[in-house]
Amino acid sequence: MKALCWTGVNETAVETVDEPTILNDRDIILKVRLTTTCGSDLHLLGGYIPSMRAGDVLGHEFMGEVAEVGKGVRNHKVGDRVTVCSFIACGQCWYCSQQLLSLCDNGNPNPALTEGLWGSSIGGCFAYSHALGGFAGSHAEYVRVPYADQGAFAVPDGVSDMAALFASDAAPTGWTGADGAGITPGDTVAVWGAGGVGQMAARGAMLMGAEQVIVIDRLPERLAQVRQYIGAETLDYTQDSVVAELKERTGGRGPDVVIEAVGMEAHGTGPQYLYDQVKQQLRLQSDRPTALREAIYACRKGGSMFVLGVFGGVVDKFPMGAVMNKALTVRGAQQHGQRYIPRILQHIADGELNTQHLATHVMSLDQGPQGYRMFKEKQDGCVRAVFQPDGPTGSTS
Amino acid sequence: MSTPAGKVAEATLHAVGGLVRRLQQAVAGNGAASGDDEARSRWRSVTINRSQDEVLPDGRVPGPLAALGDLVEVQVRPAPGGKGTELAARLRGAEPTGLRSAAARIGGDDPRQQVRSALREAKQLIEVGEVLRVDPTPHGHRPPTPTGELVEGATRRAAGEGVL
Repeated sequence: MKALCWTGVNETAVETVDEPTILNDRDIILKVRLTTTCGSDLHLLGGYIPSMRAGDVLGHEFMGEVAEVGKGVRNHKVGDRVTVCSFIACGQCWYCSQQLLSLCDNGNPNPALTEGLWGSSIGGCFAYSHALGGFAGSHAEYVRVPYADQGAFAVPDGVSDMAALFASDAAPTGWTGADGAGITPGDTVAVWGAGGVGQMAARGAMLMGAEQVIVIDRLPERLAQVRQYIGAETLDYTQDSVVAELKERTGGRGPDVVIEAVGMEAHGTGPQYLYDQVKQQLRLQSDRPTALREAIYACRKGGSMFVLGVFGGVVDKFPMGAVMNKALTVRGAQQHGQRYIPRILQHIADGELNTQHLATHVMSLDQGPQGYRMFKEKQDGCVRAVFQPDGPTGSTS
Repeated sequence: MSTPAGKVAEATLHAVGGLVRRLQQAVAGNGAASGDDEARSRWRSVTINRSQDEVLPDGRVPGPLAALGDLVEVQVRPAPGGKGTELAARLRGAEPTGLRSAAARIGGDDPRQQVRSALREAKQLIEVGEVLRVDPTPHGHRPPTPTGELVEGATRRAAGEGVL
């Protein structure tokens, strides 16, 4: 079958690879209908996440049609239309029982790598390096889905393939941040990053009762999407002082909740950004925490921060003084998606959540390398490049 | 009496010799400040989200640990806070240290790797009913590069290594 593979730093290629097979009783094989680029792929692409191996099949946000089921699968049958959580969780361990599904004890067959890095291993993730399991990704005609009863969700009639696609990762990641930050009715929430995850976090915050939601970015086409499809306020950090503007919009308090949806390759302005760039390129820090610092600084006293952007290792100049003295609560997580996907699909079905506007560029799998270039360079207003391994489907719009 | 140059050379050799001795001690695990906390046999544990009866039905040790025979001793106890059961194992004999340890770990025949793998497999079998596999997995061309070999080597040892 065809698959889009990582072949080296900032290099991808469409190659012919073996088709996946059922390896465990709880597996399904999915015929991929839609699969999309994600901002976190750029960290893999750029070589910021170690333990990628040339030839690895990319892609962790996808939906499709069940092609084969393992003998232990109970909830799915051949032909079902499903969206699949990007994180792999068993549903049986203590972390899964607490709905902390990205922390699953049994989802990563290579636990030593992340244990060494972080002290404990977390669950597995499709196509997110061998440190998170080495699972083949979804930028292919078929993908194997382990623990399918936990991770695959039937798409309701009336929800298009394209809308359901973003219920795989962007939306549940956003929900993880909005819910985990402990938003209460009436809160003001600021979100750094207007990509797919940031937009979904903003909408999740609104549906959870936030009264005012402000999304911060520099790309006008993304900020326009926020206003048009999410219904939140926007702030262009290249045009204004983020902290001063947030103070002005919040009566001098600062946001009650700040959500960082940017991650280790943050952009910014001024000498601090240059400092982070230099230190990262010299490998003196693995991640650039530019947006992280700003969010901590802007948050109101006693407020809450949730880190959704992917960080892999260590950061420099972390403002611990602000965290401690302002009594902030800081949390972070990969997505506990299995917990949120059913309600997200219902929000889409009820017309309360727009997702398919994220798919600014829809193309064939053969155009994958071009899609990643456009996505990485933000060319032509690209928010997400979506690939159709099986050609155009009848339910994409 | 040695010349000034000779003194410098002698001092350099002395310093280098001291450094080499300290490195040898650290590698051999004999240095008091080496920090090699794996020099003694320790209990390694997993917490299983099941009752003690489910972890040891009729007192039987889980298969992957039973397969290690007399290599290990096994104990269980309830985990606090309703977190299930702690299943622990440790080697009956001494753990490899120093260069022998490094060679065993790289070669994949360190008994601690067997203990970690057995504990992780036991946990998965009890909680899920099967051990999650990933290979064979579809992949494109894998050129033989040093970093690729490093990733593959680390992956081969990943089930038996870590901080467990």
